[in-house]
Amino acid sequence: MPLLWVKLHGMTQDGPTRRDVLKAGATAAAITPVLTQPVLAGAAAPSGAITLLVNGERHQVEVEARVTLLDALRERLALTGTKKGCDRGECGACTVLADGKRIKSCLTLAVMQEGREITTIEGLAEGDELHPMQAAFLKHDAFQCGICTPGQIMSAVACVAEGHAGSDQEVRDWMSGNLCRCSCYPNIVDAIREAAGR
Amino acid sequence: MKLFDYVRATSTGDAVSAGGDYIAGGTDLLNLMKDGVEAPDRVVDINALPLGGISLDAGVLRIGALARMAEVAAHPAVRHRLPVISQALLDSASPQIRNMASISGNLLQRTRCWYFRDTAFACHKRRPGSGCPAQDGQNRWHAILGGSDRCIAVHASDLAVALTALEATVVTHRRRIPISEFYLLPEGTPERENVLESGELITGIEVPVTTLASRSRYLKLRDRATFEFAVVSVAAAVRLRGGEVDDVRLAFGGVAPRPWRSPEAEAALKGGPLTDERIRAAGQALVRDARPREHNAFKVELVQRALAQILGGFR
Repeated sequence: MPLLWVKLHGMTQDGPTRRDVLKAGATAAAITPVLTQPVLAGAAAPSGAITLLVNGERHQVEVEARVTLLDALRERLALTGTKKGCDRGECGACTVLADGKRIKSCLTLAVMQEGREITTIEGLAEGDELHPMQAAFLKHDAFQCGICTPGQIMSAVACVAEGHAGSDQEVRDWMSGNLCRCSCYPNIVDAIREAAGR
Repeated sequence: MKLFDYVRATSTGDAVSAGGDYIAGGTDLLNLMKDGVEAPDRVVDINALPLGGISLDAGVLRIGALARMAEVAAHPAVRHRLPVISQALLDSASPQIRNMASISGNLLQRTRCWYFRDTAFACHKRRPGSGCPAQDGQNRWHAILGGSDRCIAVHASDLAVALTALEATVVTHRRRIPISEFYLLPEGTPERENVLESGELITGIEVPVTTLASRSRYLKLRDRATFEFAVVSVAAAVRLRGGEVDDVRLAFGGVAPRPWRSPEAEAALKGGPLTDERIRAAGQALVRDARPREHNAFKVELVQRALAQILGGFR
């Protein structure tokens, strides 16, 4: 079975060198002789060029291995709707959907999400028409400062899709991965309950 | 985060020979790397390995190493035949993290001792020989059982507590390890938390499906209602016959550096009814060797009350 060798370099500031590329091939060969195609290292863009599918669009971006999905979305794709709160998976502000499931984009590497369909807050509305969850958050005044809101809404969309919005208590439990320091929780619960009822 | 090489493995053999830190969900490893607690030169993505899935066959539930927490918690066979696993998982982390984190990664997550997680502090687990500020520091969350002068950090996995009560087996690419022998007590070497050898890859977990296991429950006490680690927790499986305890297994979380099984407490319950008096005796047997520190003496009482509460539900 072939080893899919995606080497994202321990890059220097100047970017990967030809030696890095060659070294990648050599190391791979040492691991197992049959395999070893340095997939990215030999490509035209000799660094970590990866393909991300975000909100239905395919993007090729160059990243170091250590770049999280969150940073790739914000810094490379300029999709700044996804917020960076704690960067440790505790606040939920960075919640996005990967193949329809909610995840914390700060806790996964961008390269690990190749091949998955990522949906961010920018991908919810249909043109000028808000997603019902966005409309419900507006109607119920479910935010104050707004920084947690994109994560709240992405998590809420998944919460309803999972069937975990059957009671106020269930919503509270299944939205516990999203913190709101303005403490708009009652309004958030109301918004989700209404959107779930539609 | 320090720079590193990232490789994807498509077979177990490739993963093992790649020689790096394995990553599946990444929900713990990436935090450790961001904080400088871990700094691997190479990260080996094992998500493409055929190690997912959950199956029930010949009285054994097999959970693939890459099965996600959410997937296992929701599986009908797990919910109905091994409810303590489902309950422990749903009481863990947040929905987002349960979608991401793998079962094997859950078992290997590092302690939430904040001295360990903050590189500004000494820590024998992180830098052997440097010290253990928890001994005389903020030790409210720390161990009352099984600790040593070098480490009193507790293991954070709820799942591991449930699997300990069910006598599960950890399967690696080269051997099978009963979970009772998987985790190590810190003693003089807290940096060594389990018996895995360098590069050894967990491929799955096996859990015997028994009538006892179908009567299992999890109780987790914590500082807020959800999305928090245990202060103390109990996994219990009880089988009654004619009103008397025919078989019982008890495992505890939040009180020790590894999931804590108490044969003494189990022995105190077997062969008699679940009376308040017998439950109290079991609790006392559990904490007989407890060694609380300045801020965690409350756990000695709390874990006995948790035991009483969960056992009361079996009457």
